[in-house]
Amino acid sequence: MRDVIIIGSGPAGFTAGIYTGRAGLNPLLIASSVEPGGELMKTTEVENFPGFPEGAMGPDLMANFQAQAEKFGTEVLYDDVTEVDLTGDVKIVKTGGGETFEAKTVILATGAAYRELGLPREKELSGYGVSWCATCDGFFFREKVIAVVGGGDSAMEEANFLTRFATKVYLIHRRDSFKASKIMADRALNNPKIEVIWNTEVTELLGEPKLTGINLRNTVNGETSNLEVEGLFIAVGNDPRVELFEHQVEITSERFIKVEGRSSKTTLPGVFAAGDVIDPTYRQAITAAASGCVAALDAEHYIEGLGSH
Amino acid sequence: MPKTVTTASFNADVLQSSKPVLVDFWAAWCGPCRAIAPILEEISAEYGDKLEIAKVNVDDEGELAAQYGITSIPALYVFQNGQVVKQMIGARPKPAMLEELAAYIA
Repeated sequence: MRDVIIIGSGPAGFTAGIYTGRAGLNPLLIASSVEPGGELMKTTEVENFPGFPEGAMGPDLMANFQAQAEKFGTEVLYDDVTEVDLTGDVKIVKTGGGETFEAKTVILATGAAYRELGLPREKELSGYGVSWCATCDGFFFREKVIAVVGGGDSAMEEANFLTRFATKVYLIHRRDSFKASKIMADRALNNPKIEVIWNTEVTELLGEPKLTGINLRNTVNGETSNLEVEGLFIAVGNDPRVELFEHQVEITSERFIKVEGRSSKTTLPGVFAAGDVIDPTYRQAITAAASGCVAALDAEHYIEGLGSH
Repeated sequence: MPKTVTTASFNADVLQSSKPVLVDFWAAWCGPCRAIAPILEEISAEYGDKLEIAKVNVDDEGELAAQYGITSIPALYVFQNGQVVKQMIGARPKPAMLEELAAYIA
């Protein structure tokens, strides 16, 4: 039986790996088979991670996180967790690759998955003009007119990034101000290729087999309009990935894993949670990393307690 | 091993192939493309007798990507007798990929 299994490979997961690794606990970190590295893998330049005054590329930063965790004995497995039983003293974790692992503690650091608009045909047009990843798909919209939906930092980043390729980027937001940080919002507002459409939501996706346009509705006066775009990038937030743990640890009404106070303790002994999956508020790489450290120290403490019984 | 295919070799390697061909439209800057590369190598090793795996670098072969309307990668298209018979957009775990490819690797 292992001491620690970490589920997730973003800043929280790898920081938990660094700390539990250095504590000699030989953690197994299950990173997912096709989306290792978490949210930062989709970003380009990360300017606000302390210690990198020149900025760092998101994927490079995550490669460094991983290298540091592996240096201290973290074993990284590229597989997907499909089933867990966290309720007993022995925690059981099963993967899509057909393996079953047992551990004294589990750290849940599964992060959050992008949110959909919830429109008909959204799935069908995904990859055919509708996208959630500007850094992956922006390249294909060279000299095209496209739109970004959202009002947070990621919407600002995507809109700015996409002006490298697109001739024009509409930035559609359902309110009259952005939730994004001032520096990111100002960049978008001052970008001559970006036109903001305030107080507006997307009501319909048009085009067959590829996106050719969208229908819009003004959230203040109800007026409807149509916009011709070949690409629509959706950045309307994330939902914590809690489904696998739902009937075992307590989930908050906002759908985050519930932890005790400032700790990482879930409602089950030996089960800790860290990063975006517990954080309705901050959701930064640095806060996720700090949270992964907390979970590692909590797990370490719990394992020490087991020994003394 | 997956075979690199260009605009010049696409007709012979993909459209005229006697076996179905899974074409992976990818780029070096695409994280999910890099993530699935080892999975495609495994599928090529395990099922290469039934299904060819071909890779098209969209940076080098932009026209080919445009011709097939690629706007998101990784895009995995299965060609059979010169026709696109299956399209998968986005990375997915190996078991999910095998399930979608079941008809071509049975």
